[in-house]
Amino acid sequence: MTTALILIVLVLVGIAIWQMTKIFELSQLKAENSQIANDNDNKNQGYLMFAFLIFIYGITIFSFWKYSKFLLPEASSAHGGEYDYLMLVSFIIIFIVQTITQALLHYFSYKYKGKTGNKALFYADNDRLEFIWTIIPVIVLAGLILWGLYTWTNIMDVNDEDDPLIVELYAQQFNWTARYGGADNVLGGANVRMIDIDRANVLGLDESDTYASDDVIVKELHLPVGRKVNFKMRSQDVLHSAYMPHFRAQMNCVPGMTTEFSFTPIKTTAEIRQDPDVVDKVKRTNAIRAERAAKGEDNSDPWEYDYILLCNKICGKSHYNMQMKIIVETQEEYDTWMKTQQTFGQTMAGNETEPAFNPVLGVDGN
Amino acid sequence: MSATAVAHVDNHAHDDHGHHHKETFVTKYIFSQDHKMIAKQYLITGLIMGTIGIAMSLLFRMQLAWPGESFPIFEAVLGKWAPDGVMDADMYLALVTIHGTIMVFFVLTAGLSGTFSNLLIPLQIGARDMASGFLNMLSYWMFFTSSVIMVISLFVEAGPAAAGWTIYPPLSALPMAQPGSGMGMTLWLVSMAIFIASSLLGSLNYIVTVLNLRTKGMSMTRLPLTIWAFFVTAVIGVISFPVLLSAALLLIMDRSFGTSFFLSDIFIQGEVLHYQGGSPVLYEHLFWFLGHPEVYIVLLPALGITSEVMSTNARKPIFGYRAMVASILAIAFLSTIVWGHHMFISGMNPFLGSVFTFTTLLIAIPSAVKAFNYITTLWKGNLQLNPAMLFSIALVSTFITGGLTGIILGDSTLDINVHDTYFVVAHFHLVMGISALYGLFAGVYHWFPKMFEGKMMNKNLGYVHFWVTAVCAYGVFFPMHFVGMAGVPRRYYQNTNFPMFDELTDVQVLMTVFALIAGAAQLVFLYNFIISIFYGKKGPKNPWKSNTLEWTAEMKHIHGNWDGPIPHVHRWAYDYSKVDANGEYIIPGQDFVPQTVPLQDDEEELNH
Repeated sequence: MTTALILIVLVLVGIAIWQMTKIFELSQLKAENSQIANDNDNKNQGYLMFAFLIFIYGITIFSFWKYSKFLLPEASSAHGGEYDYLMLVSFIIIFIVQTITQALLHYFSYKYKGKTGNKALFYADNDRLEFIWTIIPVIVLAGLILWGLYTWTNIMDVNDEDDPLIVELYAQQFNWTARYGGADNVLGGANVRMIDIDRANVLGLDESDTYASDDVIVKELHLPVGRKVNFKMRSQDVLHSAYMPHFRAQMNCVPGMTTEFSFTPIKTTAEIRQDPDVVDKVKRTNAIRAERAAKGEDNSDPWEYDYILLCNKICGKSHYNMQMKIIVETQEEYDTWMKTQQTFGQTMAGNETEPAFNPVLGVDGN
Repeated sequence: MSATAVAHVDNHAHDDHGHHHKETFVTKYIFSQDHKMIAKQYLITGLIMGTIGIAMSLLFRMQLAWPGESFPIFEAVLGKWAPDGVMDADMYLALVTIHGTIMVFFVLTAGLSGTFSNLLIPLQIGARDMASGFLNMLSYWMFFTSSVIMVISLFVEAGPAAAGWTIYPPLSALPMAQPGSGMGMTLWLVSMAIFIASSLLGSLNYIVTVLNLRTKGMSMTRLPLTIWAFFVTAVIGVISFPVLLSAALLLIMDRSFGTSFFLSDIFIQGEVLHYQGGSPVLYEHLFWFLGHPEVYIVLLPALGITSEVMSTNARKPIFGYRAMVASILAIAFLSTIVWGHHMFISGMNPFLGSVFTFTTLLIAIPSAVKAFNYITTLWKGNLQLNPAMLFSIALVSTFITGGLTGIILGDSTLDINVHDTYFVVAHFHLVMGISALYGLFAGVYHWFPKMFEGKMMNKNLGYVHFWVTAVCAYGVFFPMHFVGMAGVPRRYYQNTNFPMFDELTDVQVLMTVFALIAGAAQLVFLYNFIISIFYGKKGPKNPWKSNTLEWTAEMKHIHGNWDGPIPHVHRWAYDYSKVDANGEYIIPGQDFVPQTVPLQDDEEELNH
């Protein structure tokens, strides 16, 4: 397909150049050497302008036909539906405006192409017209602004209602770590100054903080479906951005401060894999990967669809491969998984022949 | 050389301007204080930087389309950064960074605004030169110095700056975070500091010249829209560039003198750094306080050029002159209070995000007015489709296409999921990159005769250049929106680590092929430009039959522009196809009335 397209483009370019040389020859014949557009130029360029309008519509239709299936599937978070709807409405407005204005612009360029003897209309001002095309954008934009602001305020209101799960997303060059509050659902205090690599305290948790000992640190993010999650983002070195496109969620991770984002996942990983669009996507992708496997190339293992957390703020050499798998599962599956994880206190205790000084460990070190 | 200089003295012995001195090669071509020569110096430096910037984009587009492939060209150009012809990931980021820096600052700020402000301000307002020729010369040579430093930075041992053109700390502050943040970043900062000084000197000069040196009769409301655009651009530059300078200085302090303006709580490569209490978000505020107005510093001159070129070639007055001026002013004002829309998800207070959404979407209103006014200018015109005119029309087209997606990005809610994806890249390349480049091309084709003493560029090569560029620009950036909405982040060296992006490789190939063809088309332009400088055919004195003053100036470049007294102005610049009560042209047989022509007895000057 791409090859075909490239060929079409090359052919079009070829035709353009051929046309140009023809025009050039024609102007030579008339022994006219002026570099100013003459009637003949105006005619040709006017037609080309009209052709260009068709090209713009063509590439729009082509892109939608070929590429709209590549877009992200329906949102998997509670606020995502509202997001997708606002996006759809904005796009409808954009496409109406785009279609009309491009048509006018290029049609006028074609229709009023110059000809010796034609007289342009001296038309310098029309207050009513200008008022109309000021007021229409004002009204449309006012609507979009109000709607957008309402949604934004709702999304960004990170609060503790409905017993949210507290999860820390910790970014460093070039990987992600997640930390759960543990049984008490409260994250222990932490700071990069308390990082102790030798003792495997990689997130700099305060070992004397009783809230920290039951924290669970993992490399794969598991979330129970239907429960609100409040994320607290931290970074230990440079700016990163926690981008979870399937959940319409993104927030930068800033060294020196904790940032927040909150959403409720509404589809489990198992459910999203059943989504017809996703099934098709996986089929297409695995066809590509099978082709690679046949040629003996890398990156050719069959793929299973997964939610993913990407880094979306330039952070250095391996920025392009800073990711973490997200698994959304039922509460039971989540609980089972959580039980298999070591707490921070257990990890610390396991590191030393003598247990670290941690008075609470015996009390609630589950 | 000296013979012509002597001739000058003889020619305008009667000139009220006086003080002529012998010009040497150095004073005429190198340390020239003549605005026309300085304009050409800006243009040629800008084009050289543009060639470097565009070439870089082609290299990293090839990497994106064929990730990890070995290309001999990579090894030839990048040397040790492309072992066996495979581009290094750090080099990819460096190319992206320097491409952005060069295109935004060196090509579209200095190359566009520097060239045409210098050329047109004195000529179109009827002045003999800029208010201060010396400052003007200084401004160019500081720009030249900063360009040289930027190019030198490409060759340092650890590689050039690679933290993105926005150089957010801590990445840009810590050499251990990225090799490019060592010497490469130091040179980047030094280069930009000099660039800012150059831009300020230039801008102050433009402002003073427009305010003080207008010829008799040239009221502010009779100024061509080009001058309005350059004037307002200079004002925004003076307001916002100093803030970038402060950001750069504080960053230099953090890097070299151990301060903590932007850094705090950092653990990197096994050790805790001493920085405490700074905030990268502060840097983002300072950077975007310039960064956003910068978009309009780039775009407004292009829109000004378009207004002039479109009106002239449509043989019609620009529609809604006052509305155009008002929207330039509105855009300028709003541009300084929208910077936060680059930071919706930076961790700043969400309430601030709401405020910036509001101001950002407001800026769509004056932009929409401008677009509609351009379209109406074409309506019932007698369009002379010269290459400059085609580029102007195409500018309006990309300005609309790119501007509309701004409605999505300016909306804090919708920005969440497309922020920093290819959707943004597509948006700003169309609305400011391509549009401003079209403005630059329109300006070059239109004012080439003014720059090179009546010589004209070949129109047929111009047509080829235009059509290939126009098709390829959409070919690259239209499909790119879809890549962004599929969730592909920008500044990824390759997308192969995410199977969910596998099927997008075809789109990447398509975009790259278009980009390569577009790059080749620019060679046509360069060829045409260079050949025409030396062998271009001389056209008439006023080839486009334009009203503005520059076409009344001597074709031959003389110091002082007009041989004889400077012209006086009696009307606005847009009396094209104006007719009297009987439907006859004001000047019989001629569809334009230059600004120097007094109002006829029964003629009404429109109240603009």
